[in-house]
Amino acid sequence: MVEVQTYPTVGEAASAMDDQARFLGGGTLIMNRVNYGDRRFSRIVRTTDASLSEIRVEGERLEVGAGVTMAAILASRDLDFLSPAARAVGGPAIRNMASVGGNLMAPHPYGDLAVALLALDAIVRMVSGEELSLEDFLARRNGVVRSLLIRRPRSDEFRFKKVSRVKPKGVSVMSMAARLTRSTGRLSGVRVAYGAMAPTPVRVRAVENALEGVSLDHAGIAAALSAATEGLDPPDDPIASGWYRREVAPVHLRRLLLGEDAR
Amino acid sequence: MNAEYRKDLFADERSDDFNVIGKPVIRQDILGHVTGRSKFYDDHAFDGLLHMRCVRSPHHHARIRSVDSSAAERQDGVVRVLGGRDVPVNTNTLLSLINFGRDDEPLLATDKVGYVGQPILAIVATSVRAAQEAVDAVKVDYEELPHVLDVEEALKPEAPIVNEEYPNNAFDYFDTYDHQKLRFGDVETAFSKADHIVEGEYQMSPIEQAPIETCGAIAAPETSDRITVHTSTQALFFSVGVTAKQLDISSARLHFIGGTVGGGFGGKVDSHHEPLAALACLAAGKPVKYMWDRAEEMQVGGPRGGERWRIKDGVMRDGRIIARAFTGFFDAGAYTRLSSYAVQKSTGHLPGPYSIPNVASNVYCVFTNRTPSTAMRGFGITAVDFAIERHMDKVARAVGMDPIELRILNAYRDGDMKAHRREAKNCALIESCQAVAQKSGWSLSAEAARASSKSGGGEGALGVIPETVTDDEGRVGERRRSGLAPEPFSGHGTRGLLPEGHSSNNSSAFGNAPQREDMEAEIERLGFKGASGVPPAPQGPVDETASSARPTMPTETAHATHPAGARGGPSLPAAYVQRPAGTINQPISQPPAQAPGTPVAQQPPAAEAESESAATHFQRGVRRPGVSRFISGSRRR
Amino acid sequence: MKSPVTFRLNGSATAVFADSGANLLDVLRRGCGDLSPKYGCGQGTCGACTVLIDGEPHVSCLVLAETVAGRSVETTGGLSNGPDLHPLQRAFIEGFAAQCGYCTPGMLMSAKALLDRNPNPARSDVEEAISGNLCRCTGYEPIIDAILEAAKQRGAA
Repeated sequence: MVEVQTYPTVGEAASAMDDQARFLGGGTLIMNRVNYGDRRFSRIVRTTDASLSEIRVEGERLEVGAGVTMAAILASRDLDFLSPAARAVGGPAIRNMASVGGNLMAPHPYGDLAVALLALDAIVRMVSGEELSLEDFLARRNGVVRSLLIRRPRSDEFRFKKVSRVKPKGVSVMSMAARLTRSTGRLSGVRVAYGAMAPTPVRVRAVENALEGVSLDHAGIAAALSAATEGLDPPDDPIASGWYRREVAPVHLRRLLLGEDAR
Repeated sequence: MNAEYRKDLFADERSDDFNVIGKPVIRQDILGHVTGRSKFYDDHAFDGLLHMRCVRSPHHHARIRSVDSSAAERQDGVVRVLGGRDVPVNTNTLLSLINFGRDDEPLLATDKVGYVGQPILAIVATSVRAAQEAVDAVKVDYEELPHVLDVEEALKPEAPIVNEEYPNNAFDYFDTYDHQKLRFGDVETAFSKADHIVEGEYQMSPIEQAPIETCGAIAAPETSDRITVHTSTQALFFSVGVTAKQLDISSARLHFIGGTVGGGFGGKVDSHHEPLAALACLAAGKPVKYMWDRAEEMQVGGPRGGERWRIKDGVMRDGRIIARAFTGFFDAGAYTRLSSYAVQKSTGHLPGPYSIPNVASNVYCVFTNRTPSTAMRGFGITAVDFAIERHMDKVARAVGMDPIELRILNAYRDGDMKAHRREAKNCALIESCQAVAQKSGWSLSAEAARASSKSGGGEGALGVIPETVTDDEGRVGERRRSGLAPEPFSGHGTRGLLPEGHSSNNSSAFGNAPQREDMEAEIERLGFKGASGVPPAPQGPVDETASSARPTMPTETAHATHPAGARGGPSLPAAYVQRPAGTINQPISQPPAQAPGTPVAQQPPAAEAESESAATHFQRGVRRPGVSRFISGSRRR
Repeated sequence: MKSPVTFRLNGSATAVFADSGANLLDVLRRGCGDLSPKYGCGQGTCGACTVLIDGEPHVSCLVLAETVAGRSVETTGGLSNGPDLHPLQRAFIEGFAAQCGYCTPGMLMSAKALLDRNPNPARSDVEEAISGNLCRCTGYEPIIDAILEAAKQRGAA
């Protein structure tokens, strides 16, 4: 039997966590485990704290509560740049439930929103007050997240793409996000992240480096495309083999960078 | 979606006073579906319902050294722990109802496991969670064994034995061969005369049916000492028969309720849930539900089996295919279930809808350490049809011919003799090809556009059973003993000849006697009128007036026309002759084992044979004489 | 351990005791006797258990039952008004939009959520709205057609 503990504040909930407990956000990950009788935990900890679902805007800086759902992102004008990634998660019912915080914890091949957040250099603010980069958070994946701090990208510099075999809703063969910042007409300080190409969403430094100082055209991105999967060992799963993911990654990366439509 | 009815085709053979076809129909069960009131098996509520979860093998192939369930039995909520020793008749084969194949699959494994997910213990508890926790507490000591996952690897002499009942890793056909044979004419001689030889290999992976409702059953005690079983089965009488056999009780004590199936597609015929749920119900005296979760459905639910096919064609310059040979491998997984039948079904389908005067095939039902495969929509046909049609395109390229015209040239016409020695009737491939070409703006030659299924059939060699070369290669156990690769037509073994002859459309396939009295069908309750009730429909003479759009096959033994009334049939082995009227529910003897050196051309018997006699004996909904539009074959009556 | 949960089910005040950790699907089916939502996967993939919570579609197998306390839940069991069928139900009947019927209750709930929000949807809106509901029988086309037809009928009424 699984015990459920409900706390009025997220702080109290966080202090009730231990290795026998799981924090319930939207339920899409934890209830799945409960339904399948996961015996690695015996307690569910949840909170009714409404502050977790807030979206705060301070100029270009946004603070998105960990409990904000994909549907809430889609409904928010301030988060319009995240719409493609939020819409890539599940169907309408899942999007009414799945939360930003949960997406950071989603196992392969899920976690499409986290890919977008990674390319946006999002900062994770823990309930403890600690702040760390999303990349560092993904490396350890523990603790209770309060919110994410995101800097709004300029209108044309952020790209997201999900590749799946079934449309409109399908599991990722891969997802890709890029923030194509420029300086004097050339790419500079670019961020590129992949999902479903490693155990967690990852930044792809080989591609980022190959895009430094080049122009955004076929010739300019050639080196980045040949480095598309450098240092990666994409996993095999029922959606695609690692070999397939490796083979098609450069094609999808080109489409992402140049804004080409697949069809 | 609008259907277009091509009333210009076969216009003289149709009637347009249909009540249903071409008109919108309201499903009789749809009100329940849209209001959520249709009762699927899980929509029956019982007080004190118990739940079942199984301890399953994590290995492809392993010997079970020991099982310790003592800790599990002491856990909260655990009511019963059932193992193979608790099942009165633990070993079964699905087609035991017609005595086809040997009992080879345990309901709960005792000595060894043959695939990942095979059940070993069934734990009955007050909640799913309690059953899951008890499953964790069971300790099974396995000795891992080498496993084999590929059909051709499994046929090699050194391959591990998957299924002790079939130690050659292949189903035994007629207790004689390790494969299903089809021999029609002489492919080797025809290959030597052909202008082109076109070869190809094709394969299809296993496919999970993935019904939205997972397989399951609820068994509950009735006051009258019966057990009510609500089940998702697609095969209610299979499930009743299997449950009665495995529990060794009278089927009169089993009250099975099914029929509302949340998607089946073939995957709900395996009859494993009902015996386990009923056994647990007897043991606990309470209602028990055995319902797969989605992970079990995908992992241990029997899929459509994987298949590999090799095709070799002998083709003339003008596109006529004069010989076609098949080697097929059907992946049964660890146990037989319905794969033995799928192989026969595929053999009955060869060489596809084409008139080819020389056909041979060897099809193997192979045991591997994969999930046992079972039925799925057209199983036995789908993969080989894919192979055949891909191969037709390859042949078209080889001879430089339009692929649709190649099909029209070689298509069955009414009156052609099929490789399984039945006359082709009601052919419509030519018209279908013409309609497809027309719809897609594909231009056909005038000759191909003029062709008709009703003309040119049965001409020359295409109307008769040719003299047939036989062999006795591939006798049970021979390959393993001598290390022979599973390739057919190598000339090994004793060769024989069957004389040419004519169709025997009046002959009937036999049915095997059921294994147990409890599995006997009560024929009188099925509407069976007996063979003497209906005189055989007269076979009209072939319409020879229409001109042929196809050249006549050159042959040394061509028969210009069918001698009228000469349809007594060739010399078929005794096993294939029609059973005397009135003996259908008597057990009949098995086909005698063929003595070495007297090989036979085998026909697919039993399951494949929706035989002529069955069609004529079952009279429900049919108006006689000669006008039925409901019975297949009416065009020729 | 059981905990009491009170909520509105198809407009009626309802109170049940839910097992600790139980999902809403089990509580609706076993606790409330509303058998219209179906179990298909227990992981939010198939949509057969879709219900509306405060008007929005949710997969009830992934909803912790006690989180619906004080909220309003709608299921296909409450879709018709007595013998008067909802336009969606009529369109599904007339358009042959169900075969085995197992996915149908979830489909109807997703479709209702769409039409309540968008009475005049485009075909792509319908495809999106039912993208979380799997059907293995129909190939979806009759379902999409039926939902569009229901929207038309409702607009005409």
